[in-house]
Amino acid sequence: MTSQPKTDVHLAARDFSLFFGQTQALREITLDVRRHAILGIIGPSGSGKTSFLRALNRLNDLHPDCHTEGLLTIDGADIYHPAFDPVALRKRVGMVFALPIPLPMSIYENVVYGPRLAGRQRHGALDELVESSLRSAFLWDEVKDRLHTSGMRLSGGQQQRLCLARVLAMRAEVILLDEPCSGLDPISTAKIEEALTALKARHTIVLVTNNTKQAARIADETAFFLMGELVEHGPTRQLFTVPNDPRTNDYVTGRFG
Amino acid sequence: MRIHPRRTQALAVTLLGAATLLTLAVLVFIIVFVLNKGLPGVTWKFLTGYPEEMGRAGGIFPFVIGSILLPLLALAIALPLGVGTAVYLCEYTRETRMTRAIRFGTDCLAGIPSIIFGLFGLVFFVILLHMGWSLLSGGLTLAIMVLPTIIRTSEEALRAVPQAYREVSCSMGATRWETVHRVVLPNALPGIVTGVMLSVGRCIGETAAVMFTAGSAESGIPTSAFDSVRTLAVHFYLLATEGISSANAYATAAVLVISVLLVNMTAYWIMNAFIRRRAR
Amino acid sequence: MRPSGDKIAQYIFLAIACSAIASLLLIALFIFKEGLPFILRYGPVNFLTSSQWDPSQEQFGIYPMIVASIWITIGAMLIGAPLGVAGAVFLTEFVPRPVMRIVKPTIELLAGIPSVVYGFIGVIVLAPLIRAHLGGTGLSVLSAAVILGIMVLPTVISISVDAISAVPNSFREGALALGATRWQAVRMVVLKAARSGILASIILAMGRAVGETMAVIMVAGNTIRVPHSVLEPVRTMTAHIAMEMSAAVGLHRQALFATGVVLFIVVMILNAMAMTVMRQKARR
Repeated sequence: MTSQPKTDVHLAARDFSLFFGQTQALREITLDVRRHAILGIIGPSGSGKTSFLRALNRLNDLHPDCHTEGLLTIDGADIYHPAFDPVALRKRVGMVFALPIPLPMSIYENVVYGPRLAGRQRHGALDELVESSLRSAFLWDEVKDRLHTSGMRLSGGQQQRLCLARVLAMRAEVILLDEPCSGLDPISTAKIEEALTALKARHTIVLVTNNTKQAARIADETAFFLMGELVEHGPTRQLFTVPNDPRTNDYVTGRFG
Repeated sequence: MRIHPRRTQALAVTLLGAATLLTLAVLVFIIVFVLNKGLPGVTWKFLTGYPEEMGRAGGIFPFVIGSILLPLLALAIALPLGVGTAVYLCEYTRETRMTRAIRFGTDCLAGIPSIIFGLFGLVFFVILLHMGWSLLSGGLTLAIMVLPTIIRTSEEALRAVPQAYREVSCSMGATRWETVHRVVLPNALPGIVTGVMLSVGRCIGETAAVMFTAGSAESGIPTSAFDSVRTLAVHFYLLATEGISSANAYATAAVLVISVLLVNMTAYWIMNAFIRRRAR
Repeated sequence: MRPSGDKIAQYIFLAIACSAIASLLLIALFIFKEGLPFILRYGPVNFLTSSQWDPSQEQFGIYPMIVASIWITIGAMLIGAPLGVAGAVFLTEFVPRPVMRIVKPTIELLAGIPSVVYGFIGVIVLAPLIRAHLGGTGLSVLSAAVILGIMVLPTVISISVDAISAVPNSFREGALALGATRWQAVRMVVLKAARSGILASIILAMGRAVGETMAVIMVAGNTIRVPHSVLEPVRTMTAHIAMEMSAAVGLHRQALFATGVVLFIVVMILNAMAMTVMRQKARR
């Protein structure tokens, strides 16, 4: 991986297309993701939002018939280049899934899973890491007395914050979230949104959401996807009040969903 | 005259119920009979003593040891091979001609009669590889015999692990092997252990394959892997076919039946705990 | 570099995964290597149809053993299949689920009883009964068939229960909604749907019966002769191999391996049939 001077653009897509076998899921997406900001991706189901998200950490590789065209870069380096290591990429780009998926282990073990993979073993350092990650995910106070109980025993909202803490413990530069609050009650949702807003100071965040109001609340920039295409991308306020494309307008005003 | 369908149903259910009860009764009878006649002879002295007069008197200690060592050796070989195969089929590939060939091979292996295993073990391990009638020959032969069971139960256990766990692990930068040994295998462990227990039960009861490979000469406790060894099942067979239904024969049968029942019950208990835990 | 590390792991596991096929091929290779040349030299027709087995005169006909195996296996299935399927139907359709969930594993547990114990029971309990009420020595085709029938019951029940349970409830509900009784629904709809699974269980059980050695040695009588009634003592192919192998040398030994070849082929054919039947179910 080549080192580049840190510019404002962290991730970038240039005419990026994604195919599952014969089906084209993404059509020539060109998009810049700004460093240390929250990018919200909105659009109806099937528009390719999740596919794009999973392309950013090459999780689509798990799908046998997936192939790509075009360029997707992190700090200027092409992540689909044959010499680029997807395993290393995923340590820098973490993901929180739509359904909270705690690993079948204790809360402590869940959080240190990533660091252990990277070889960090020292007990004291791990303990500190667990605390700081759980704090940043706004979960520490609720679980500090039961770190060694199973992660599966937490409530949905707590589990999702645990998944966030897991990603933070990896010291990921980029956090991808795929409709993280879809199954959660408003209070848990608020806690996660609060955490993300605090985290963007040191992380780049890409948030896919079905809930346009959530994007309006916390995203700095928003991108609107429709049927595999990037229709429009710009500062959130502008996209929601005076969008350039009539389709964007129809979507954000709820004419279709 | 038309018989009312309800009458037919009542008749059918009665017959079916009778068949089921008959089945259960026969199976239970066998166990009760053996235990009834055999348990009185199962004393501590019997279990820890050495045989006298070709087994008509004395104890069965060497054969108990044989019945423990042989499955142990068999599983030491079959477990890594079987789990490894299951890992390959489940984690490293999708359905190809290769995987279908592997499954076909496994299913065929499962159907081979034990006497054929005995013949193979004799000609390959005992004679060709010069291992002689030994713990080693018997263990290797039994390993191949239980390999399909280990593969099947392990694969089932691996497939039962939710795909979501693999995705999560992968998304955190784990290689496939790291995902397998840190998340998938520990989670599939109870299912794998069930397969192990079932295989142990099979090894304890196996006679034909063992006689032709591990030997049947009364030779005491084996001190090396090349010593021949007689198992409980073989000993029982020899006692039973002498025609003298001595108390020792019954007692050996009782020990056999109890060990197999215990091992299989443990397997089911583990499996149930596994399923219950998953449902939580 | 990391990616190739994972590739190495993949190749290692592939190699391990070939162990099952490798074992099967080894077994087939050695059994055939020892037995096939003999069959070809002696003449397969002679080998399979002659009733003369006399190693000292170099006579090796296994016809009596083949007939014995066939009679005993068919007898075992005549007992085991109806009882087994009946039990399976009863347990899945006419008994509350929790009861079935206790009884099925119990039956499978009982299946773990070693074959030598079954044989022993046959000698001690069954043979005298047959001798007293039906004549003969008690060690006969009938006793072997009964014992084997009991031994295969758990196989038939277990697989049939799985097959019947797999029939979707909508089939049953559809029939009941048309006014059928439970039994009619089972007979006309469920059993038809589970047909291939039940058939597969029977074929698999047949394979086990043909391959059974120890129990048969103990109760079938072990006389080499073509039976004319079920009360006569006979010797199956499996018993034949087991009994004469230890003392056999040279041509005699090869003949026994040849018997093993025949046994192997028969069992493989049965297994292939069972697998085809099961695959038909999957396709439908």
